[in-house]
Amino acid sequence: MMNKKNKAFISCDEANHSCDKSQYNEADFWEKLKLNIHLLYCRVCRKYSINNSKLSKIINDSDVVCLDLKDKQEMKDCFEKELKKRQQQP
Amino acid sequence: MPNHQIDPNKWIDLYSDYLFNYTITRVRDRDTAQDLVQDTFFAGLKSMKNFKGKASERTWLISILKRKIIDYYRKINSKKGKAEIRINYKSDSEDEGNWLEEHVADPFDKTAEDNLENTELGLAIHNCIGKLPEKQAQVFKMKTILDYETEAVCNELDITASNLWVIIHRARTTIAACLEKNWF
Repeated sequence: MMNKKNKAFISCDEANHSCDKSQYNEADFWEKLKLNIHLLYCRVCRKYSINNSKLSKIINDSDVVCLDLKDKQEMKDCFEKELKKRQQQP
Repeated sequence: MPNHQIDPNKWIDLYSDYLFNYTITRVRDRDTAQDLVQDTFFAGLKSMKNFKGKASERTWLISILKRKIIDYYRKINSKKGKAEIRINYKSDSEDEGNWLEEHVADPFDKTAEDNLENTELGLAIHNCIGKLPEKQAQVFKMKTILDYETEAVCNELDITASNLWVIIHRARTTIAACLEKNWF
C-alpha cells in the first residue's frame, strides 16, 4: 500500500521535471498522469505549470529563430580569421 | 552617460542570434540573412574605431545591419525588371465577377499587426535569453528553438540528461519571469 502511494504521489521536484518534459512532448503517459494528480492538490506547481505552458505557447507563436550550430561555428571561424588578421597589422 | 566598451571576441556568441532574428523578419531567407549578419560583423570590425561608446555594442551593430539590409534591397531592385510591380487581376472564368477586395482580404489570416508583434516578441525572447548564463542559453536555444532531441543536445555538449533538465528548468523559470516583466 505504502509503495503504491509513493508511486501515485510525487514530489514537487518530480512534478516540475515532468512538467518541463511535457513541454517538449517527452513525458510518457504515467509521468503525465502523476503530474496531473500532483497538480490537483499543489497550488505552487499548478502556477508553475500554467506559466510553463504559456512560455511554450509564446515561443511557438513567435517565429523566433536561431542560427544553426553548424552555421554559427562557420561564421565564428570565418570571423576569427579576420580578427587575427587585423590584430597582426595594427 | 555610460561608456560602453567594444570587444569583438564575444560578438558572435552574444549577438549573432539576435541579429539573425532581426534580419530574418526583414529578408525572409535564411541564407541571405546569414550573409547579412556576417557582413555586419565584418563591417563592425572594420569601423571599430568609430565606435564612440555612446550606445551599447548591440545597438551599434544593429545600426550597421540596418544599412546592410537597405543596401541588399537596393541591389536586388536595381537589377532591371525586378522592381516591376505586376498586379494580377484574376481572370479565370470561375472567379469572374468577383471583386478584387474579396481576393485580398482574408480575415482569418494573420494581420500586419500580429506579424509586427511577433517580430518584436522574437527579439524580446532573445533579449531574455541574453540574460541567461552562457550554458543555460545554449542548452535552451538548442532544445527549444532549434528543436534538438534531448540525446543530441547531451552528446553535443557532453552533459547527462538529468543535467540537461535541470538547466532547462532554470532557464525556463528565468525566461518566463523576464518575459513577464518586459512583455506582458
